[in-house]
Amino acid sequence: MITFQPADLIRILPEVILSAFAVLVMVLEPFIPAGRKGFLAWTSLVGVITAGVGVLETSLLPGKERILAFGGMVAADHFALYFTALFLLVAGLTVLGSMNYLERDRINHGEFYALVLLATVGMCFMAASTDLMMIFLGLEVSSISTYVLAGFKRHEVQSNEASLKYFLLGSFATAFFLYGIAFVYGLTGTTNLLALSERLARPSQWPLLAHVALILMFVGLAFKVSTVPFQIWTPDVYQGAPAPVTAFLSVGPKAAAFAVLLRIFLGGMASAGNLTFWVIWLSAILTMSLGNLAALAQSNAKRMLAYSSIAHAGYVLVGIAAGGPEGTSAVLFYLLAYALMNVGAFVMIAHLAGTGERSTNIEDYTGLAFQRPGIAACLSVFLLALAGFPTTAGFLGKFYLFRAAVHSHLIGLTIIALLNSVVSVYYYLHLVVAMYMRQGKTEASTAAVPWPLGAALAVSVAGIFYLGLYPNHFLVLARFASNPLP
Amino acid sequence: MMAWLQNHSLTVLTFLPLAGTLLIAFLRRDAAKVIRWVALIFSLLTFLLAIRVFVDFSPHQAGMQFVEQRPWIGEPPINYTLGVDGLSVVLILLTAFLTPLAVLASWTSITSRVKEFFAFLLALETGMIGVFVALDLFLFFIFWETMLIPMYFLIGVWGHERRVYAAVKFILYTMIGSALMLVGILYIYNVTGTFDFQAILRQLSTGEYPLSGAAQTWLFLAFFVAFAIKVPLFPFHTWLPDAHVEAPTAGSVILAGVLLKMGTYGLLRFCLPFFPQASRAFAPIISVLAIIGILYGALVSMVQPDLKKLVAYSSVAHLGFVVLGIFAFNISGIEGAIYQMVNHGVSTGALFILVGMLYDRRHTRLIKEFGGLATILPVYSTFFMIVTLSSLGLPMLNGFVGEFLIILGAFRAKVTYGALAAVGVVLAAVYLLWMYQRVFYGEVTNEKNRSLPDCDLREKIILVAVVVVILFMGIYPQPFLRRMDKSVAQVLQRVGQSGPYYALQAPARPTERTR
Repeated sequence: MITFQPADLIRILPEVILSAFAVLVMVLEPFIPAGRKGFLAWTSLVGVITAGVGVLETSLLPGKERILAFGGMVAADHFALYFTALFLLVAGLTVLGSMNYLERDRINHGEFYALVLLATVGMCFMAASTDLMMIFLGLEVSSISTYVLAGFKRHEVQSNEASLKYFLLGSFATAFFLYGIAFVYGLTGTTNLLALSERLARPSQWPLLAHVALILMFVGLAFKVSTVPFQIWTPDVYQGAPAPVTAFLSVGPKAAAFAVLLRIFLGGMASAGNLTFWVIWLSAILTMSLGNLAALAQSNAKRMLAYSSIAHAGYVLVGIAAGGPEGTSAVLFYLLAYALMNVGAFVMIAHLAGTGERSTNIEDYTGLAFQRPGIAACLSVFLLALAGFPTTAGFLGKFYLFRAAVHSHLIGLTIIALLNSVVSVYYYLHLVVAMYMRQGKTEASTAAVPWPLGAALAVSVAGIFYLGLYPNHFLVLARFASNPLP
Repeated sequence: MMAWLQNHSLTVLTFLPLAGTLLIAFLRRDAAKVIRWVALIFSLLTFLLAIRVFVDFSPHQAGMQFVEQRPWIGEPPINYTLGVDGLSVVLILLTAFLTPLAVLASWTSITSRVKEFFAFLLALETGMIGVFVALDLFLFFIFWETMLIPMYFLIGVWGHERRVYAAVKFILYTMIGSALMLVGILYIYNVTGTFDFQAILRQLSTGEYPLSGAAQTWLFLAFFVAFAIKVPLFPFHTWLPDAHVEAPTAGSVILAGVLLKMGTYGLLRFCLPFFPQASRAFAPIISVLAIIGILYGALVSMVQPDLKKLVAYSSVAHLGFVVLGIFAFNISGIEGAIYQMVNHGVSTGALFILVGMLYDRRHTRLIKEFGGLATILPVYSTFFMIVTLSSLGLPMLNGFVGEFLIILGAFRAKVTYGALAAVGVVLAAVYLLWMYQRVFYGEVTNEKNRSLPDCDLREKIILVAVVVVILFMGIYPQPFLRRMDKSVAQVLQRVGQSGPYYALQAPARPTERTR
């Protein structure tokens, strides 16, 4: 039976802190007058930073690498801590990037920040759980918060549509996931990943239905990371949701679902063998290719970035297909790089789109570089990083993924992935061409960048170049974090 | 401080232009004059440093010189390794020579967004020098790809009418090639466990990690396609006319002068030494493609109505010679090829500058708009004549030395190759002289041309510099060839181990006998 020990609490310290601040924000909300909701943003930012300190505290805990808490339901291992830190970074950048946006679009309600924090808590639990039930709970907490966030522009049809679509398809997906868990429990009598890895240690011990369960769980997670053919919702939701929320959605829940994929497919149920590999291999190819090809045809910047984020999920799957410590650490490194580039690009678009997000078409950015050279240069950095040009984090991220793939002798997959990234250059440059190479008066907002957003952008750009030129520290971290997995 | 500079001369050489970029970034947007001078000074300092490296380079020493190595990325082990040998040292000199000329050529013709233009131009120089000095495959790839971005902006922002199309085509073509090359680099790392050029070469040549025949073929193709697109070898050349014609003058000079050489440099640096068997196996096909390039480029040049297009297509022909020389696998062929790389950079770069000067005056490049310019622009016409003659390979000028050595090498490899290449020389004379005749001789056919001003001081400085180099390289090629000897011999030793071509090698080149 699960016995509660007070020491367990410190192992989930970041989550505890985040939840406390989320509650605090909601309690304070009625007492803050309409014009000063910014205070709540700062409160939640303090929460994120405090949780970051919590991560450091937890990482200094003595003991073995795998520190289990709550009777083996949650692990405070380096894998979990790496992802927790990543989610905190994303949450912090999102809060910084959305403050002025919410004010501008008159939706500056306190619960926005509480929801961001709660979604982050859910994501942290997804990465930290070593029990399928806990993973499911984390998934639900993060999903429900993000459904609300997607529809945060209550008065706008598009935002409502995004929320509803996300909710319907999302709950469908979690049902798949739950169904898979039920199968696993029925077959093995446990939902604990450690116990599972012992019970299903060899492929010969796998009953046929366990494969079905695995596929069901994969489908559930595939919705969350939006791999083809479960990506249908992505462009509409990303386009309809408020842009800072899209920044959060395109990175946070995606990375969390990848963490779960790694825990289940390369951890607890790694012995499934060929079936898992081929499923991931195939969906990697489909996801990269369809994501990139569809992005070619987009005329809306948000939609284009939505398809691009689908393609990026495909690259990550290449790393998972490669497997092993190389593959896992490459995935972890890539997710960090991707978080910086994608959040940066979306919050930049959020600013440029102007009040009510009127200007999100690529055409609207025509000639932007003439009027706002700094902003254009900044957005170009994000785009070129996403395209994978060297000296940026995007290149090194891809480099490690593909190195792992070549290491596992997946030459064909690597070639397809690299040709895909050449295709992607075309559509990222589309926006660069509009900004720099076409004359005209831009439709985008030329307002000055407010300083909280500026801070978020500075962190992203600095991170992109730091990771791209001097990745040693973060490589070590990623390597370390992938250790708990086999 | 001085000692540090001594030991890191290649690092300084590579990143000095980038320092210029950073300085320009902090200058005021409207201080166009200051920005131009900063760009000129930084590119000239780089040139002086390159001369220094060239002079200090010892011809008697085999292997890499001025080597710098320090660990950079821990996992996988990637080092920041720089070094030059006889091949790269001349190409660095070429790069450093052309960049100040490109700056001067853009002095008055670039009027919009001057700051960004010169910042990108200097950043481009860092990328180009980096490609030539990097001795770590990863580092090489970084420079190779990063360099595309400034070039892309130079074409796309300051180019002519179809600039966006040309810029995107340029970047996509190159990236398809480099994507394949990256797979090849990763595969080699997987086999040898290192990205270090010299270590890989050592392991491959001692047979410590032998590559299977099939692996060698695929790897050769992965690298070769990347380089062939850059060269560009027929049939990968279609991006070239667009990019060269649409780019601003400085962009065309750099494209033709240096960027194309990266392809041939890559062939010599990586393809031949890494995959000797595959190189020999593919040599006949590649030689035929090179000859097709020579003849096709010449014939297409002949019918161009546009001066810049004519010069652009002539590059296809010239680079065909270079590739032919490389795949002749003998010392005269390869040294001729390296020499011709420099020659082509100087002569074709100069032709683009000259065409640019004409365009600045008349805003057209159509041959039929001109005629009889020799009487109106005597100074300009004289310079144009010298550069044209150098480009078609007149003895005493630089082009002759390179072409002669290449054809000699081709003859030794296979008589047919040499004969066909010689036809290419004749065709070059036809299209260049015919163009010269139509533009400069005869009566003045267009009244608009009567009032054109002749060269001013800035233009004279550019052209005198070019002509001095053309004459020097034509009359006294030894300083260059001497520095190549050891490096070329090393490449040949690697390729020729039991090759049929190497056995044919007679007493190298004629200049050696007199020494």
